[in-house]
Amino acid sequence: MSPARGTRKRKASPSTQGASTASTGRTTATSAAAASEREPVAGRPRTEHRRELLHAMLRIRRFEERCVELYSAAKIRGFVHLYIGEEAVAVGVNEALTSEDAVVATYREHGHALARGIPAEAVMAEMYGKTTGCSGGRGGSMHLFDAGRRFYGGNAIVAGGLPLAAGLALADRMRGQPRVTCCFFGDGAYAEGEFHETANLAALWNLPLLLVCENNLYAMGTAIERHEAQTDLALRAASYGMAAWAVDGMDVEAVERAARRAAESIRGGGGPRFLEMRTYRFRAHSMYDPDRYRDKTEVEQWKAGDPVTRLMDRTREDGELGEKELTGIERRITEEIDAAVEAAEQAPEESVEDLLRHVTSRSTEVT
Amino acid sequence: MGTGRADERKTTYREAMREAMREALRADDRVFLMGEDVGRYGGCFGVSLGLLEEFGPERIRDAPLSESAFVGAGIGAALSGLRPIVEIMTVNSSLLALDQILNNAATLLHMSGGQLPVPLVIRMTTGAGRQLAAQHSHSLEGWYAHIPGIRVLAPATIGDARHMLAPALADPDPVLIFEHGSLYNTAGELAPLSSPVDLDRAAVRRRGTDISLITYGGSLPKALAAADELAADDISAEVVDLRTLRPLDDETIDASVARTHRAVIVDEAWRSGSLAAEVSARIAERSLYELDAPVERVCSAEVPIPYARLLEQAALPRTADIVAAAHRAVD
Ligand SMILES: Cc1ncc(C[n+]2csc(CCOP(=O)(O)OP(=O)(O)O)c2C)c(N)n1
Ligand SMILES: [Mg+2]
Repeated sequence: MSPARGTRKRKASPSTQGASTASTGRTTATSAAAASEREPVAGRPRTEHRRELLHAMLRIRRFEERCVELYSAAKIRGFVHLYIGEEAVAVGVNEALTSEDAVVATYREHGHALARGIPAEAVMAEMYGKTTGCSGGRGGSMHLFDAGRRFYGGNAIVAGGLPLAAGLALADRMRGQPRVTCCFFGDGAYAEGEFHETANLAALWNLPLLLVCENNLYAMGTAIERHEAQTDLALRAASYGMAAWAVDGMDVEAVERAARRAAESIRGGGGPRFLEMRTYRFRAHSMYDPDRYRDKTEVEQWKAGDPVTRLMDRTREDGELGEKELTGIERRITEEIDAAVEAAEQAPEESVEDLLRHVTSRSTEVT
Repeated sequence: MGTGRADERKTTYREAMREAMREALRADDRVFLMGEDVGRYGGCFGVSLGLLEEFGPERIRDAPLSESAFVGAGIGAALSGLRPIVEIMTVNSSLLALDQILNNAATLLHMSGGQLPVPLVIRMTTGAGRQLAAQHSHSLEGWYAHIPGIRVLAPATIGDARHMLAPALADPDPVLIFEHGSLYNTAGELAPLSSPVDLDRAAVRRRGTDISLITYGGSLPKALAAADELAADDISAEVVDLRTLRPLDDETIDASVARTHRAVIVDEAWRSGSLAAEVSARIAERSLYELDAPVERVCSAEVPIPYARLLEQAALPRTADIVAAAHRAVD
């Protein structure tokens, strides 16, 4: 295996694109592959595709805005981490995945779950802790699962999903299945041993693993310069012998292109790929976070690059999407979320008699 | 070597475990072995010696020193339909994989509302007694037995080493197998298997009427030796081998205490918060009125296990300690 690994190491040069912007103040992270901006994607007309991307991002945004209201109304409890501002990452990456592929995400995963196709109703019911939730009410906001859609959580231990994702990829490699396992994790996870162990293992064993680091510049209140000695994450990932590059995570089309490129090479047997998604969360870390550690002007600057409005503006400029269509999208989303909330309200709570279910498979079967 | 020979034959605990893995690897191509030095080296205790030659490097998979990553990879592979056997060199280094074992393997089924069972087997060596000093002498199987969602086994005999793996692999949930380091060289006859091992059942290794010696793993030979000595003193000791530390087989413990009315629990872990404490509490809860004497516990001294031979031996349960505890209960 070693000669092949050597080749991959040399091919890892795109990471240097990241190097130029990572260490400096970088509210203007550059896209990895600006050249193909105008090309139609996946054989569909561009207008239609952009409309879908916009719909998917707006859907996540509105869903989470509703979650905030429901949290204030004490309908939802526990730790809730909002993805607002980062929607382009989940939506763009999802475009590169098929229903056969697997996804492993973090506790900030409403966006990934919705993008993956878990119905809003099942996600909302999970937030309510109802039996109709996608985890039967046992998981809550941080533990959304859907085995049928190969959505493996919802992991609330920072970096804890990475080894598991490597195992899903290992199983595919051992059986020769041309599938990709995509693992999302934060910049904070990059400091964990589990990330580095997994990166090494994935490169060593040539695993079909797509590592997507959502670098939103903070791990709770700790800014990346305060938790990483070298903030060029792609550069370091490349040192494990995998191609790695940085992407403007606020541009859904750039995300999609990068993810497609990475997924294609993984499917072709090229081993793992690492994407550093440069993004930003517009809201506090969680509902408990007073957000005292960030400069408000920094937040405002990033909000000016909102991935949703950015795509809207682009489509408007190109005359692809009128106000009427936008209103239509918003209306459909509102209807869907209203229905999801209504269904979650009506859904039953699990009987306390069932408390010990799902501890072992036997207790799952018994009741 | 064939499998399932009808006649009794000489073997060792180590070979019995290897034979069990060989059988599983031959029977089911979803099974593979993964861990540090399981392949070229043959396993750090020689358990997997020769398996690489038969099954190749994909299925006898040498992993880097990344306990968290390869245990987690075992979990992911199990979720994806394979049947991994993950070997961790010793319980001591399993602490580096504790996150994966507790936060993923043991919880995924529950957190997913029953969608994601994890059919994973993790084997590891445990225990002290070989002058390996504090960091290589832990007995932490009791910690693992604390965790709902996983099954914990401690095969103590050649027969269990040979026959507990198959039902462990058939279990849809994570199973941890603790192999006491002092047992690998145990030589003896492997009796033919009459019926598959029931992983919900403890085993009564010796029948007795005066006292129950309740133990598991590396302490079983000591308890059996103590029973021999007690017999010479006209005390009939029953020896219960828990062998499944989670879930505990309350019925077998209850029945034994109901027969003998006295119990000594022998556990190589530290006494405080130990499995011995759990068994003792259960006897108090379930069988208090059966008891003719307070429950006795023989555990390790509350000290990091020292290197010096005499000190190490003094720190661990000894046959003489078990005999003395039994006398206290009976006399
Ligand atoms: C191993 C671990 N340590 C600490 C925590 C508490 N914690 C939850 S989220 C978080 C920050 C993680 O930051 P990052 O990985 O960048 O993800 P983000 O929240 O920014 O999406 C911390 C410290 C945890 N859940 N797991
Ligand atoms: Mg972060």
